[in-house]
This record gives sequence, structure tokens and C-alpha cells, in this order.
Amino acid sequence: MTSLLYLLIDRPGGNAERGTFISREILSAANGLTIGFSASAGLLGIVALCVFAAQTAQEYTYGTLRNLLVRQPSRMKILIGKLLSMSIFQLAIVLVSGAVSIAVSFALAPHAKVSTDLWSSSAAITSVLHTTINVFISAIAYGLFGMALGLLLRSPISSISIGVLWLLIVEGILGTVWSTANKWLPGSQFSNVAQGGSAEISYSYSVAATTVYLVIISIAAASLFKKRDVSN
Amino acid sequence: MSNERSLAIAVDDLSKKYGDQVALSHATFHVPLGTICGFVGPNGSGKTTTIRMLLGLISSSGGTAKILGESIAHPEKYLPRVGAMIEGPAFYPALTGKENLNVLATLGGYPLDRVDQLLHKVGLGDRGDSKYKTYSLGMKQRLGIAAALLPNPQLLILDEPTNGLDPAGIHEIRELLRSLAQDGITVFVSSHLLSEIEMISEYLVMLRDGKVIFFGKTTDLLERQRPTLVVKPEKEDDLERLRQLSEKLGHRATVSNGQLHIDAEGNWSAPFNRAAFESGITLSSIAVVLPTLEETFFEMTSNQSGGQQ
Repeated sequence: MTSLLYLLIDRPGGNAERGTFISREILSAANGLTIGFSASAGLLGIVALCVFAAQTAQEYTYGTLRNLLVRQPSRMKILIGKLLSMSIFQLAIVLVSGAVSIAVSFALAPHAKVSTDLWSSSAAITSVLHTTINVFISAIAYGLFGMALGLLLRSPISSISIGVLWLLIVEGILGTVWSTANKWLPGSQFSNVAQGGSAEISYSYSVAATTVYLVIISIAAASLFKKRDVSN
Repeated sequence: MSNERSLAIAVDDLSKKYGDQVALSHATFHVPLGTICGFVGPNGSGKTTTIRMLLGLISSSGGTAKILGESIAHPEKYLPRVGAMIEGPAFYPALTGKENLNVLATLGGYPLDRVDQLLHKVGLGDRGDSKYKTYSLGMKQRLGIAAALLPNPQLLILDEPTNGLDPAGIHEIRELLRSLAQDGITVFVSSHLLSEIEMISEYLVMLRDGKVIFFGKTTDLLERQRPTLVVKPEKEDDLERLRQLSEKLGHRATVSNGQLHIDAEGNWSAPFNRAAFESGITLSSIAVVLPTLEETFFEMTSNQSGGQQ
């Protein structure tokens, strides 16, 4: 996604999402370095959803959950352990993606005639830090959504397809036909956190809404996992 | 009832319902410490449901059960002393056998060097570094047994441990279970191979339609079944005459494989031998045969009025 910002910079069809145009001036600003990175947050979120959902649901389909629970009867420890390990994996993916995006930006900026003078400033470093944190929070939110689906449906294929269908299709349709829907749809909020807020929805609102969603999802998933019979 | 301290498993009035469907109904049985106890019943009789409840994987709908003196409501109190393989082995296919055991050893807080010892013990010493997905069914079973032995358990619960094993593998597992029992480990094993259960199990729990129809010593079950008198005449031509003689004396008899099988107690062998001699028939052999566990199992599980201990 980062490379498209620079390679398509002079195309009339736009160089960003949904035909929008991001100019050389915007890209050459201190926070221009991270625009490509934050734009890839949606994709990283979908990856997180798939990884979290698959890793959770596979314990049921492989039948390995019963082994885990016999060796560690505390279901909450198992759940928190899985969440932590997948979060660490997701952090690594976010860090690698950020590094690649920044490297691609530096590599393609001269070709696209974008100034990189401000990209070494302290403001740029702060922007990289903020964007990394926001993209990571967003990815974890997507991941928790996937994990909850995995626990609920106990099938990797079902949980991934329903999760992706909701985030990419259902939310897209709802957001198009009902303009205020983006203010409460979970995927929109997760995405907006990664972008650091937008003109329509503030960052603090999205963080609060995401927190509410995550608390509800976590409590529901944990209760389900703790009480439900393991018959797979 | 046995002293509770001497019991590895004490199940009292345990039930499990799924909606209107009863998977286990008021089951009561006790398994003494240090014994091998067979757990048998037709498919769908509630064996796996019972095992899952004993391991804290599913909740009960009623009744109580204790494992090694601890209630199944608190599996964390007894599971560190219990090894289990439920409904066949289940491991991560992309990991090696050793890596799979390492995951479980780490989770249970057991020393990792135990993993290599157990892989050797179950005959997987040279395949521990192969991916689980490349294992044969027999190798998967062995890995499942190794995983069950990880905690150095006081109680081993195995669900169909010989599934997929060849005769040599079955023999090895039988010997392994015997040696574990000799070391004082209680083994609770479900299997469809009733001849195997008969060979190794001192105790037996039999289920039918979610109900316990027998629990106790295996010999007690077999001895209370009616024995069969198996008689072989010197001349095979005398078989039919011999059968008629038995029927005339009031004992049902059938001819099978050149032998006469008479439904009679062992103490009837001498009178029958005498009656045959007086009729001019010489017997080459006469033996009292107790029914096998398999025969008893079929009789009990097909007989709706089968007695409960």
C-alpha cells in the first residue's frame, strides 16, 4: 500500500484508498512517513483476525484443547496465554510491516519527487511511535474480534469467513447506505484508531468505542470459554 | 462401599443430560487404587462422556464424583496427578512429536528431559523429531500414551489406547499397562478389544444406554455367568446322538466345530460322561468353559434386564 502512494502519485485516479489523492506536500510532512503504514492497518487487522480466529478455533478442530485443559485446568490461564502469544506474534507483524513501509517510503520518495527532509525530525519519530502503537491497538482489536468468533463457532473456516464478511462487506454496505453507522460499527472504530482519528470521528471517540467493544467481546468470550463443555 | 481413601475413582449417582437426551444416568461405580479397571460398553453408551466429566472437560447434570479423593468440581486439585488420553490422540500436526510433548510439559510444569524418556518408553525414540502429521495411527496412539504419562500419574485414564495398533503394538501396550499397575499406578482404560480388557483388567465397569450395568471384579462377572460343558466324542458320527442324549437329560446342547456345547454346570460332567458311556459313546474330551468377557458383554448389553451390581 505504501508503494502505491508514491508510484501512483501523479495518476488522475488518485494514489490512496477509494480514489482519494494524497499530495507531495502531505507526504513530505513529518507525519507523511507513516501514512502508508497507517493505511495498511486494515489489512494487518484482517490478518490479525484470521490468525487469532484460526489459532483459537483450531484447538477445537484438532481436539488439542482437551489436552491443554487436562494439563492446565485453569481455562482463563489457557485463554490469556493464547491471547498473549498471539499478541506478541501480531506485534512482530506490525513492527516488520512498519519497518518495511518506512523503508519503501524512503526508497520511493526520490523517484516520486517527495521531500524527505522532515522525515528525520523528532516530530517524524514521534509520529512513527504513535502510528505503531495505534496500528498495534487496532490489530489487537481485530484479533480479539476473531478470537471471540473462533471461540463461539469452534471452526477456523466459519469464524474467518464470518469475520471477514462482516468487516469487509456488511460494514461497507451499512456505512454506505447509512452514514451515521460508521460512528458505531466496530470495524470502523478499529480502523479509525489505526489512522489516529479522522475528520468525522475523533481519535478519542474511536479509542473509547473500541475499548467498550473489546470489554464486551472479552467478557462474552471468556464466559463462554470458561463455562462451555469441551466435547470436541 | 470401599474406604474412600482406597479409591482412585468414586462415582456416585453421576448424570449428564444434553437437553432432553440423557448421556449418563445415575452412574455409580468405584475403582480401587493400584488396579487396572476396564471400562466397556457399546458405542454411545456414555463412556467418553463419563471420562470427560472425570477430567473436568464437561460439567455434570447431577451426582458427584471424586478422583484421588478430590471432587470433580475442582479438577485443578487432582489433574496434576492424572494422565489422560481421551478419544484418541490429538496434537498439533505441524509440530514434531517431541515439540508437542514439550508444549504439554511446559504447560503442566514438568521437566522437559522427561519428554525424551517417555518417547523412548513408548517406542518413538527415533521418531520424536518427525512431524506429527507424518505419524501412522499407531505412532499417534503411542505419542498420546506418552503425553498421558507426562505427569508421572497416580491415575491413568485411557480411551481406546490400542486403536490402530498392530498385534505387536497391542501386546506392548498391554505389557506397559501391566508394568504401570505393578508400579502402583491405577489404570482406567476403555476399549472395544474385550479380549484385551479381559486379559489385563482386574476390575470392570460396564455401561449400557448411559447406565452402569456392572462394576466390580472381572472374575466375579465371569464366574456368575453360566458355564458351558464342551464335549468331544471319539467318533464325530456320535455328535448327533450325544446331542439328543443331552436334550433327553434336560440340558440344551448345540453342535459346533465338531464339539457339543452343553448348557450345564461343571458338576454335570461326570453324570453326562457316565450316561454317554452307557449309551456306547466314548468321549475323547470334556471341559467346563466359562464364557469370555466378549460373550458376557454381548449377553449383558443385548439383555435389557441385565443385572446391576
